[in-house]
Amino acid sequence: MNSVEKEIHYLNHEKGFKSWFWTLDHKRLGLMYMWAVIAAFVLGGVFAMLVRMELMQPNSLEGGQFLSDQVGGLSAADRYNHFFTLHGAIMVFLVIIPGIPAALGNFALPMMLGAKDVAFPKLNRFSFHLWLTGALFFVGALLWKGLDTGWTFYAPYSTSHSDTSVIMATSGAFILGFSSIFTGLNFLVTIHKLRPEGMTWFRMPLFLWAIYATAVIQILATPVIGIALLMLSVERWLGIGLFDPALGGDPVLFEHLFWFYSHPAVYVMVLPAMGVVSELIANFSRKPIFGYRSIAMSSVAIAIFSFIVWGHHMYVAGQSEVVSVIFSALTFSVAVPSAIKVFNWVATLYKGSIRLNTPMWYALAVIWLFSIGGLTGLFLGTLGTDIHLHDTYFVVAHFHFVMVGSAIFAFIGGIYYWWPKMYGVMYNETYGRLGCFLSWFGFNLTFLPQFVAGTRGMPRRYFDYDPQFASYNMWSTIGAMVLMVGLVIGLFALVHSLIGQRRKAPANPWGASTLDWQCTSPPPPHNFDHAPSVDDPYDHDILRWDEQEQGFMPIDPVDGDPNLAKMGSARTAPATHS
Amino acid sequence: MSSAHPTADAHGHDHPKHLAHHYDTLEQQFEGNKLGMWAFLLTEILFFSGLFVAYSVLRSNYPEVFEFGSKFLNTTLGATNTIVLLVSSFTAASAVRNAQLGETSKLKMNLFITLLCASAFMGIKYVEYSHKYHAGLLWGGNAHSLFNPEAPYVPHGDHATDSLVVQERIAGMEVDESRMFMRNMGRFFGVYFCLTGLHGIHVLIGMVVITWLLRRASRGEFGPDNFTAVDLGALYWHLVDLIWIFLFPLLYLIA
Repeated sequence: MNSVEKEIHYLNHEKGFKSWFWTLDHKRLGLMYMWAVIAAFVLGGVFAMLVRMELMQPNSLEGGQFLSDQVGGLSAADRYNHFFTLHGAIMVFLVIIPGIPAALGNFALPMMLGAKDVAFPKLNRFSFHLWLTGALFFVGALLWKGLDTGWTFYAPYSTSHSDTSVIMATSGAFILGFSSIFTGLNFLVTIHKLRPEGMTWFRMPLFLWAIYATAVIQILATPVIGIALLMLSVERWLGIGLFDPALGGDPVLFEHLFWFYSHPAVYVMVLPAMGVVSELIANFSRKPIFGYRSIAMSSVAIAIFSFIVWGHHMYVAGQSEVVSVIFSALTFSVAVPSAIKVFNWVATLYKGSIRLNTPMWYALAVIWLFSIGGLTGLFLGTLGTDIHLHDTYFVVAHFHFVMVGSAIFAFIGGIYYWWPKMYGVMYNETYGRLGCFLSWFGFNLTFLPQFVAGTRGMPRRYFDYDPQFASYNMWSTIGAMVLMVGLVIGLFALVHSLIGQRRKAPANPWGASTLDWQCTSPPPPHNFDHAPSVDDPYDHDILRWDEQEQGFMPIDPVDGDPNLAKMGSARTAPATHS
Repeated sequence: MSSAHPTADAHGHDHPKHLAHHYDTLEQQFEGNKLGMWAFLLTEILFFSGLFVAYSVLRSNYPEVFEFGSKFLNTTLGATNTIVLLVSSFTAASAVRNAQLGETSKLKMNLFITLLCASAFMGIKYVEYSHKYHAGLLWGGNAHSLFNPEAPYVPHGDHATDSLVVQERIAGMEVDESRMFMRNMGRFFGVYFCLTGLHGIHVLIGMVVITWLLRRASRGEFGPDNFTAVDLGALYWHLVDLIWIFLFPLLYLIA
């Protein structure tokens, strides 16, 4: 194992820009997605910080307290509108939706299935190129005239009034939507058709169940926002008259179409995060996951329920009271499978042999943050309380707990978890944990005060606020700074592991029983030198820590000596030995 | 731990010519491709569903405008296009069978007829669109001067007949009533152009796909062990046909 540099693996078997840009390898595509998403996350984060800095103190109405007035013909308030819109649009369409499925899913899914690749490798590459194209459109909108509609693009402001690059941004979101559809379609077919012999549906790792449920949403919901954004663009371009009431259109129609996608999209963000957390909690508790079937089926239940609750975004948008009452009642259905997952994670921890590696810190942080995000969602789903809370900072805090606190934290935890497999190196646990703690602490400091500000009536999206909200905003901005420092340390810990003295990762540093840990770290270009044998994905007793390897090795079924049972050979079926 | 051999074939199969490296059998590959296509068709249906919802909402908001606007559509041309597409679906289905049986010349003929029908459809669509355009039957605010009750109506040039058709339709009405209808006609034609326009784009994409299949068929690429592309292309074409089957009555046959 000393000749680290001489091993041939997917990272070094081909070199050069073209070998990456035109690759069909799901692992390389996963890595490129990951870095591209991280780059977009940094860009979206810059806008978030600009928003928070402006809101740190109340301002005089003539100009911002942080943003200077009149830059490029736009007032501070106008630019504030651009910044929160671009923050939201970039984070939703470029970061959180592709984050876990496209980056971690692409990297891990085929290996978890013991497969060589996804079902449609060329379509997979096309998805990535679509992502890049969509990102270019967003950057184009940003550099051209900006965007001030909010990430929701509500008509008729977006179709008939806004003087910004709306069509360019909606085209970008349209293209990104197809990137997402093709990724989901690919994963759906892969899971259906490329499962290895012996891996029944209920022997799949829970991450795959989560990705499968996500794929169903991506395929069924995303086309609806595609057509809605297309209609919006054509209306803005030609004045068709579908949404603008001045032309006989119906603006609430746009909101229905928008939320028919965008509510299920919340579960495109959260379901894969829940899948990652299920893997992490089971693994670092050294226990079989508690309630495997109920976690698996709750993913499917969430995917189904996600399609029947979109109206809770429109309680005060003019839909009928009867419809609002029905949507409110249906909304509670989502709470049940979500709670099932949380209870099962906690039950898995109970009497587990818990190891607090960095991925586990992130997983525990997600349980905390998702519980708060999920429970505060009930206040918003309840029709009566939502009348008071809608369009306040309570909503902002709620969805940040779900979309950042769950999706982004699980994404980072997943990156840490698969990092040894991706690059074949171990990161520094101290830096990793420090980054996680500061991110978690900063996140709570940022968004908990916003719940209070929201219940006291502070409206969202405003450039300025009443002085009574000053202290909440001060704390919130300080929290955002701490969060930023935590995220930077988290990224630093990963980059740090790649430079200088690299600590070689074993094939299975965490003792996971899923198939992705049966190949070498990093994996060979075709993933497996030998077809992996399928076992219970959560039976951790078949593995034992090996001091020499600094990783987990399978226990030989015959004499129990781990040294005789080398990874990828002893567990291979005899027929493939030749 | 053994070092990696990137070229090692862990399965030890002899891979047939048309089998991608990550599949074990041709059957598995075919089923995968077919499932992928069906999932894609599902996204297409949901893609169109947004416009069908818009149609339903606007029609229930303005039922009389839709009924009146529908009278300006040429049912004969619409019905002709329906028949043209049904024939093309039949030839597309026959092409799949030809590919499965390895009948290359019949396959080429059927694909060619399908392409011909698609072109005929677009040709008829062009005639319809230009009539609407010259008669000023357009969307939203882009109305012909006819829609502006204050402006004098002057039929002009070769397209006077198109405008005369419009005039004839409103001849029997009270002046105020006809003006009200004409002013709101954009609400119907906005939906009409969106639905038929998006469908037309899909016909064009289908024509590209069929041309590609025809090219591959001419090279003799299809046969009993390699007909997936024809099968999936035909599935897509059937969907394009099916959407028109819904569009025709919803737009042309309201009255």
